[in-house]
Amino acid sequence: MLVEMRGVCKSFPGVRAVDGASFDLQAGELHALVGENGAGKSTLIKILTGVYEADKGEITLSGRPVSFRQPTDAQRAGIAAIYQEFTLVPALTVSANIFLGHEETSRGLLDHSRERALTGRLLGRLGVAIDPDARVAELSVAHQQLVEIARALARDARVLVMDEPTAALAPREVGHLFGVLRELAADGIGIIFISHRLDEVLSMAHRITVIRDGVTLTSRKVDEFSRNVLIEQMVGRPIEQEYPKEKVPAGDVRFEVRLLSGGSVEDVSFYARQGEILGIAGLMGAGRTELAQLIFGALRKTSGEVLVDGQRVKIDTPRDAIRSGICLLTEDRKAHGLMLKASARDNFALPSLKSWSRLTWIDRHLELNRFAGRVRDLGIRLSGPDQPVEELSGGNQQKLLVARWLETNSRIILFDEPTRGIDVGAKYEMYLLIGRLVTQGKVVIVISSELPELLGICDRILVMRKGQLSGEITNVPRATQAEIMAMAV
Amino acid sequence: MTTNHVNSQTRSSGLRRLLSDYGMAVVLILLCLLFSILTVSERHPTGVSAARSLFEETDLSSMAAREVLIVIQASTEDSVFGHAVYMRLLAAGCDVEKPMSGTPEEIRTWLEGLAAAGRQSDLIITSHACFPVVESIRSQMAGLSAIEVREPPSYRWPTFLLAENLKNVANQITVIAIIAIGMTMVIITAGIDLSVGSLIALSAVVVAWLVGQMGGNQATTGAMIVAVLGGTLLCGTIGAFSGLMVTRFSIPPFIATLAMMQVAAGLAYIVSQGRPIYQLPDNFIWLGRGVDPVLHVPNAVILMLVLYAVAHIVMTRTTFGRYVYAVGGNREAARLAGIRVNLVLFAVYAICGLLAGLGGVVMASQLKSGAPTYGLTYELYVIAAVVVGGTSLMGGEGRILGTLIGAFIIAVIQNGMNLTNVESYTQKVILGLVILAAVLVDRLKQTGFKAKIPKLNKDAQSERRTQVRLADKGEGNAT
Repeated sequence: MLVEMRGVCKSFPGVRAVDGASFDLQAGELHALVGENGAGKSTLIKILTGVYEADKGEITLSGRPVSFRQPTDAQRAGIAAIYQEFTLVPALTVSANIFLGHEETSRGLLDHSRERALTGRLLGRLGVAIDPDARVAELSVAHQQLVEIARALARDARVLVMDEPTAALAPREVGHLFGVLRELAADGIGIIFISHRLDEVLSMAHRITVIRDGVTLTSRKVDEFSRNVLIEQMVGRPIEQEYPKEKVPAGDVRFEVRLLSGGSVEDVSFYARQGEILGIAGLMGAGRTELAQLIFGALRKTSGEVLVDGQRVKIDTPRDAIRSGICLLTEDRKAHGLMLKASARDNFALPSLKSWSRLTWIDRHLELNRFAGRVRDLGIRLSGPDQPVEELSGGNQQKLLVARWLETNSRIILFDEPTRGIDVGAKYEMYLLIGRLVTQGKVVIVISSELPELLGICDRILVMRKGQLSGEITNVPRATQAEIMAMAV
Repeated sequence: MTTNHVNSQTRSSGLRRLLSDYGMAVVLILLCLLFSILTVSERHPTGVSAARSLFEETDLSSMAAREVLIVIQASTEDSVFGHAVYMRLLAAGCDVEKPMSGTPEEIRTWLEGLAAAGRQSDLIITSHACFPVVESIRSQMAGLSAIEVREPPSYRWPTFLLAENLKNVANQITVIAIIAIGMTMVIITAGIDLSVGSLIALSAVVVAWLVGQMGGNQATTGAMIVAVLGGTLLCGTIGAFSGLMVTRFSIPPFIATLAMMQVAAGLAYIVSQGRPIYQLPDNFIWLGRGVDPVLHVPNAVILMLVLYAVAHIVMTRTTFGRYVYAVGGNREAARLAGIRVNLVLFAVYAICGLLAGLGGVVMASQLKSGAPTYGLTYELYVIAAVVVGGTSLMGGEGRILGTLIGAFIIAVIQNGMNLTNVESYTQKVILGLVILAAVLVDRLKQTGFKAKIPKLNKDAQSERRTQVRLADKGEGNAT
């Protein structure tokens, strides 16, 4: 056994993050650690990598008990961690980054040529040709990640810990990454990875450990799991249906886009009916997000028109779009959706302030009533209207944004990656909510990278490739992921 | 969520917020207490209050039998005192003559005359100012040695808390505090305005120059109002120009306003030809030095308080205020919520310029002149007041009333150090450290007081900080 953790506990003020968890890792194993947000997987990992010290419990490395006070202790012992936020210095070269902190020297001076040669060899092992002299800032995210792995290898890591390694990668890059990881595992390195993407976990990992409420539940071979069992384990209750869907008869065409161009989007035309959920699929960079931004006026369009209820509407700014009853729930809630430090009430109220203000004077009583009404209606969990939104969970933040746009009387609701970064249970609630919006007569358009999600909840799916529509799937229940991928690449 | 639930939550978190928003008020009160204790000294009452305190410890009935003289100096305060004492003694049926007042020489001749005439007085009442004179004459003159000389009793009271001194503090801070309103708004939008110091000079000079063009010393009130509007609006225009640079051309606020700082300073010298302008009518000082008839509060201080009340309401109760916070909290998110972000930013810089212009008017009125050297480095004091008041330089957070408290903290520290005879160079050092401490508190508020930062490498530190926050909040919430 390469790593063994037994009865590990860790508390933070007010929270017991890890409560007697056990975990083990064998050499040559690709081991997935899964659980909902807040289940304690990050904390467990950070205890292993020396970021936190455990309150209780023991850790052994190759049978010897160890205790890490700080990350450098763990690194010296051969445990390397790669987080979602890379720890590379963008302005330095690839080889300088790989040897940062343990530079190769000869006679007191840096030995560039030796560093370069070693870098070339390490990257070769990872199956990529990256120039050792390139600056890290110039590399793609996938390549930066490989540089991080190379750095871990340069430090003779025996255990590699990766937090959400595929979150920012395109499908092809994901394939390559797992190819690399499998080879490293074959060389005897033990690899732990955290992932929210269950398909990836089920297809790539050798073994899966589920963690819930700070306790590790199961550690089983991957073929002993089915997708549903895995979800049930994570959520802690049986899930009848991963993608709830209500049957709503399709109505009239309420929304139409004609020959819309701008950014990388070229001549896109489509329509959406009342009562249907329209999905938009495509690879990263296919222009899905830009399309949504063009419709919403967040991005300047060069040509094309938008029609609501058959009427042409002029949209140059988000303000115009909101007036026309269109809203966009952005992909990145924190960067483009919320004022994190501000209260839930303020975030909710922002676009519709005018509707409960006389001249410029805000009727705060009315505002609070509207807020409380929506919060109750959507089942948003918060401690009060003045709670800063940064304290809310991802799912509740997303619901708060839905509440915001319902308040502006939006009839056309664009969701860009509605379930990104929220956990399985909250996803389910999000799907229910989207379904409810449709039954209320809203037009819902969902952009998503997760094909199972689109296939599960949509009535019709458009596929984009290189800024253009490349296909349409009308019979969704019969469609497959492969069919969509064929149109997308 | 029930309504009840909302209410109770609002109350408890409201109290917590109040403390974190206005915790600086506690600091201000403590500072006032400190300087009150440090500046306690002997006070001598004058005028009517001197007479009152004299009789508080004197038994009037015992005086009825005695012959009393009142000796005072020839000053207004003394004659008020003397008259009050005289009336009081007459009413008590004393044998008293009208107060004698004059220079020390006159008093000496007078007393010598009395002694020579063999007048038998038992008691001389005199003011504190006059007491040493009378006492020395008495001790030198054999005929008077039996007479008792009495002055009004003194008492101990902090110099800091004297009405005169408090008025001083308020006067000193008005210019900075008025401009700090605009600066708070700018900083809440995550911007900065470095041009306000120069705008003070420009406004003061332009107003003085305009008054000069419209009659100088003989200018009418109407002309002065026109001049004041001219100076203020010019500064508002320059602020608006900065706003235009920041919004339309995406120039960083620091650079845009740094440039305007130079432009405005240069213009002030050009308009005044480098010299102070003094030709202003006497009633020009109405705003800066005039006081209201009831409470004798300076007019400028009243103006300042009114502006703060209005600004507080605007920032907390109007859509514009919400938009200012939203733009500072997350500019892109505000834009995507349909807010006209550029309009809000433009307005905020224009308001800041306007208020800087108004600050210049107040200063010109206080000093009854306009000079291009006014307001030098004031932008730093203004920014300091905002930061000490708890507004985050990262934007999105801050309170108008916090800024008022911040301005007062700075003024009180300066005033207190003056009263306790701290050297002016040392004062600068201390003031700098106070500003640093305020920013440090702001930082701690952001990262949380609990988050201990162990000796890790830098990467792990930031990693750990986010993790602690996650553990504190996220993991507690996600269920």
